[in-house]
Amino acid sequence: MSAKTVNNKAWWLVLPVFVMVAFNALIPLMTVVNYSVQETFGDNIFSWSGVRWFQQVLQSDRFHGALGRQLLFSGLVLLIEIPLGLFVALNMPKKGFWVSVCLVLMSLPLLIPWNVVGSMWNIMALPDIGLLGKAVNSLGITYNYTRQPFAAWCTLILMDVWHWTSLVTLLCYAGLVSIPDAYYQAAKIDGAGSWAIFRYIQLPKLRHVMTIAVLLRFMDSFMIYTEPQVMTGGGPGSSTTFLSIDLVKSAIGEFDLGPAAALSIIYFLIILAISWLFYTLMMRNEEA
Amino acid sequence: MKQFLKATVTTVYIVFLLLPIYWLISMSLRTTNEILDTTKFSFFPRNITFDSYNKIFTDPTWYMGYVHSLEYVGINTMISVAVALPAAYAFSRYRFLGDKHLFFWLLSNRMAPPAVFVLPFYQLYSEVGLFDTPWAVALAHTLFNVPLAVWILEGFMSGVPKELDETAFVDGYSFPRFFFRIFVPTIGAGIGVACFFCFMFSWVELLLAKNLTRIAAKPIAAIMTKTASASGYELGLLAAAGVLTIVPGAIVIYFVRNYIAKGFALGRV
Repeated sequence: MSAKTVNNKAWWLVLPVFVMVAFNALIPLMTVVNYSVQETFGDNIFSWSGVRWFQQVLQSDRFHGALGRQLLFSGLVLLIEIPLGLFVALNMPKKGFWVSVCLVLMSLPLLIPWNVVGSMWNIMALPDIGLLGKAVNSLGITYNYTRQPFAAWCTLILMDVWHWTSLVTLLCYAGLVSIPDAYYQAAKIDGAGSWAIFRYIQLPKLRHVMTIAVLLRFMDSFMIYTEPQVMTGGGPGSSTTFLSIDLVKSAIGEFDLGPAAALSIIYFLIILAISWLFYTLMMRNEEA
Repeated sequence: MKQFLKATVTTVYIVFLLLPIYWLISMSLRTTNEILDTTKFSFFPRNITFDSYNKIFTDPTWYMGYVHSLEYVGINTMISVAVALPAAYAFSRYRFLGDKHLFFWLLSNRMAPPAVFVLPFYQLYSEVGLFDTPWAVALAHTLFNVPLAVWILEGFMSGVPKELDETAFVDGYSFPRFFFRIFVPTIGAGIGVACFFCFMFSWVELLLAKNLTRIAAKPIAAIMTKTASASGYELGLLAAAGVLTIVPGAIVIYFVRNYIAKGFALGRV
């Protein structure tokens, strides 16, 4: 990192990316900013409305509800996926033929289109014809994710665990194989048990990949849209209406431009703050 | 004993991952009657039928969905990697005014929720006449794929020693000649991985793809969601369409298995 030469002509090399992203990110963002401070009655007539939409959104129960559900969902998903992913990674084979088999099979869920993930779990969890739904119901538990909010939550969380735990596993695995054998040999000489090896060798070495895993999983679960939309459509009621679903509903469904734009900006600022945290932590890890 | 326990954990996890996929495949091989008749519920299909697949491959409204998806995914991959290559080189080799800010800005776009961009994209692309063309979706997906490609390629390029560049310049290579003749072949694997991930992330996205197209460029994912609600319960057909969307990823996954972690972590592992 330190051996880089200072050369401002490098801007010519990043120019295509800059133009591309500016077209794609800045123009839409400015549109959103415009809508968020104006009132419209259709026919392209706009009038200044100041921060009214922001106040309206920030004080609405609907926003509080969606944000609360979103945080709860992201929190639960992290609580399950991070330890489970790490646990599976620790138990994966280290070399040989089975490594490839594991890597390929575990990556499968990551490469499936998100709406197909939704449909797949839909088919899996249908109470009368789905494998999971039928199995749970035959245990004597009434389970119907289209009617019971609790069942809907359980199904969505199970789906997300199914979909994304492999990401944590793969990251942890990549971190684990990069630990030199010498570390383990030294531990053996010192007579360290497997817990001590985990606590004092593996865990510290995994700090970098774990940071990435936590932040990526947080960000992506925070933006989740397609899978719950296909599975539950935000229901039953609004029990699984997360931020993105709520936003799309008010922007495209109800065409409520002002409040939708204000919500977009608040949403984006939250994401920006977390991205910044991600970036700082990652860069600090890389320099350390 | 310990080895056995370890193998059990991995096996149980993989079985958990494969069950829903198995169920999808098994549904796609059943007739609608067998699926809907709850008395005939069984783990394995009773009469295997390929009717659903037949329908998809013969009905243009279905198979054109795959063509449309492949169109915009292909365009997107080419654009993303092409513009990301020089930029990644700049980030890996030079320091320049605002480099860190730009790098962060790129990252923030990878993290931006597509839901925020749906409406403005719709208006922007309608304005420039690209709405309902593969180009609209391809360009919209560069929002997160260009940053991804830059980050992955930068990771690979930083692994190439600077001496390579310096020797080439001493030998009298011009920059473009060095870049295309020597540097690009050297990081061939990295370009392959970047292409794979651009392909993948464009392939799995639905929200933007669905809302930026209407008829002429409708992707398979949108056709699926529409069918799911419109024609009631053609679950077999839906399952078959789903299985076919898994195929492209499953085919190439073997070649990138050692880079999967790197790609998902934006080249940072």
